[in-house]
Amino acid sequence: MASTAKRSLTLEEGGFAVFTGLIALYCLMAAAKTTDAVMAFHAWVGLALSLIGIFAIFKGYTKRKENPPQTIDGLPNYQLGPIKFASFMAMFWGIAGFTVGLVIALQLAYPALNFNLPWTNFGRLRPLHTSAVIFAFGGNVLLATSFYIVQRTCQTRIAGNTAPWFVVAGYNAFILIAGTGYLLGVTQGKEYAEPEWYADLWLTIVWVVYLLVFLATLWKRKEPHIYVANWFFLAFIVTIAMLHLVNNATVPVSIFGTKSYIVWSGVQDAMTQWWYGHNAVGFFLTAGFLAIMYYFIPKRADRPVYSYRLSIVHFWSLIFLYIWAGPHHLHYTALPQWSQTLGMTFSVMLWMPSWGGMINGLMTLSGAWDKLRTDPVLRMMVVSVAFYGMSTFEGPLMSVRAVNSLSHYTDWTIGHVHSGALGWVAFVSFGALYCLVPWIWNRKGVYSLKLVNWHFWVATIGIVLYISAMWVSGIMQGLMWRAYNALGFLEYSFIETVEAMHPFYVIRALGGALFVVGALIMAYNLWMTVQHGEVETASAKPALAPAE
Amino acid sequence: MAKKEVDAISGVETTGHEWDGLKELNTPLPRWWLWTFYICVAWSIVYWVLMPAWPLVSDYTRGTRGHSQRAVVTEEVAVLQAARAEKGAALVDADLETIKSSPDLLQFAMANGRAAFGDNCAPCHGTGATGFTGYPNLNDDEWLWGGTLDDISQTIHYGIRSGHDEARTGDMLAFGRDELLDRDQVRDVASYVVSLTGGSPAEGADVANGKVVFEDNCAACHGEDAKGMQELGAPNLTDNIWLYGGSLETVMQTVQNGRGGIMPAWAGRLDEATIKSLAVYVHSLGGGQ
Repeated sequence: MASTAKRSLTLEEGGFAVFTGLIALYCLMAAAKTTDAVMAFHAWVGLALSLIGIFAIFKGYTKRKENPPQTIDGLPNYQLGPIKFASFMAMFWGIAGFTVGLVIALQLAYPALNFNLPWTNFGRLRPLHTSAVIFAFGGNVLLATSFYIVQRTCQTRIAGNTAPWFVVAGYNAFILIAGTGYLLGVTQGKEYAEPEWYADLWLTIVWVVYLLVFLATLWKRKEPHIYVANWFFLAFIVTIAMLHLVNNATVPVSIFGTKSYIVWSGVQDAMTQWWYGHNAVGFFLTAGFLAIMYYFIPKRADRPVYSYRLSIVHFWSLIFLYIWAGPHHLHYTALPQWSQTLGMTFSVMLWMPSWGGMINGLMTLSGAWDKLRTDPVLRMMVVSVAFYGMSTFEGPLMSVRAVNSLSHYTDWTIGHVHSGALGWVAFVSFGALYCLVPWIWNRKGVYSLKLVNWHFWVATIGIVLYISAMWVSGIMQGLMWRAYNALGFLEYSFIETVEAMHPFYVIRALGGALFVVGALIMAYNLWMTVQHGEVETASAKPALAPAE
Repeated sequence: MAKKEVDAISGVETTGHEWDGLKELNTPLPRWWLWTFYICVAWSIVYWVLMPAWPLVSDYTRGTRGHSQRAVVTEEVAVLQAARAEKGAALVDADLETIKSSPDLLQFAMANGRAAFGDNCAPCHGTGATGFTGYPNLNDDEWLWGGTLDDISQTIHYGIRSGHDEARTGDMLAFGRDELLDRDQVRDVASYVVSLTGGSPAEGADVANGKVVFEDNCAACHGEDAKGMQELGAPNLTDNIWLYGGSLETVMQTVQNGRGGIMPAWAGRLDEATIKSLAVYVHSLGGGQ
């Protein structure tokens, strides 16, 4: 056999090995030179991960008999390894992030749980929670589904062999550096963008490779047109790159230290921060997960997408209008009023473009509504679209200045965020993972639909407890803050409003606990699917080539 | 290549494209959706005309209603201040006893004091002014620095060890740490102090010697009878009301390391009417003298 001729170390593998080697070299230098204990720790972690990366590249080379072909028997030879890895990490970070969320919810109800230790303080755990659920859980779901969907809907193997692995592994390395940094007290203090400059730079490299892999896969597609899910994924990847670069423009004090200073100042910094923050919601948590919705709902319901025209109009109007809406986070602040006006009006105009996605998601079910009775996975995704519709109505409502004067800085905001995060983002992700895991591991279906049903109900009750508790406590808090007595003095002191919220904090934590329980049921179910699920016979799903 | 087909269930044509088994219907935009979108856009345009909206080179479009959020806040604050001004001015002019005896002024001072207490004092003294360890309870009749209206007003104005020239100051020395007393003496005197309120002395402690140590070192501030001295902020040690705790261990810590809690000066941070109101409010809490 002339098998050796078929196997070669590709330029791609060599390039990544050299680049990772350079990173390892920098880490070694940083570890030697730095006087910053956290930098030293991160440098050693970076060095270890780089060496593992180089080892993995050469191991992959020596193990294979031939370079992976583009097609097998005329069918695309999809690369599933990185998708499996990202799916696993999504579940792992999801449970971690939900659990930390539960801990900080309990800390708000029972402050003794801060334990008076810096590492377990609310101030450090809160960014750990938000980053873990948004970027670690949500991000890995997006990586897994985007790599799957772009290959399937382009009928082609993903571009590159090492590059997709670099994206998923590099992204999770970023999460590890960012998360341990928070616990050790490293932060640049920007909400949802807390990681310091070196983690940001690393993410930039990973993200550019992600964009290139995605574009190159679209470029070599076998289909004449680009499927709607891929428009949303592309908008998500491109916009997040832009937001990340502008909002994280910092000058490090030293290239061997963790600390940096942001180039923006004052109200410009606030505006940049919320331009970033709001569009992280718009392009990470909305556009990216709409892409998931556009693939998995029609696939699972086995129905055509309701309206192609609506998908075009709502896509372009959504991405055009969203980018303006950030100033609504800064109503009644030093931000000029004209800017607040634009933020508010663009948020109101955004209502229908957001609902376009909801209509397309729900109406795709027409002719298949009966499946909701029998398929809890589809039910989960449909409920997620309903939550999406609810929170994209609530958002424009809260952006109206008169409403915002009551809701701003209260728990109503927290309730709003979680109806979107738990109801929409997490539920559509759960639905997608319940579909995806059997498909990529070549199983007939998920291990137990009964457990999916349990997950659905436990988590739904959890969400309802959570958001209704936050609505009541938020509106109560807002009303207490603004109450004056007959003599013109404030009716309540701040501390009295905090005391009044305590019962709702307990209910919220209970809701969060149910949500965590649901996720644990899911993790068990998916684990059993992979370990003990019934194998799908090759003939039923011919396009699914084995992963390499 | 696009072969358009009609979906059997909805009766709508597909676009003719297919991706991985997924098709799309060519359903027109829902009318209600489109019209709601138009209405939102029209509403926004009207809002831009009426209100400050678009940036220009060195100005912005100010809107036909001439609305300004800063002007609105200034006006609202002015209205509130005007509403409070009349009685506030009367409060500043009146002395504390007059306020206490005039129902009208008293009601106003109590409302003002209650609101100010909640936002300024409650973080240390508690919402109900019951205090925490190191922060005195203001409801009882044990006063470190005096419980008359004037005493309370003085304390609020200038604080305790606040660094203000007029601040109340008095030191509980670190008798043990600074080696004014040796370990046995600290143990003995602490045992003597707890014995005044019925506490058990430390093992092996010489309470009689403790009494001698007390008279030599502590009585100057706390008095021969240990009933304290308000001029120096020295607490009464016989009434079983403790600022830091009355266990033998805590008293030994106090003698060893000294104490010196701080209360900030509020003169300059709160206006005169509010400070007077706070004095009246705190005086009314139960222990005012």
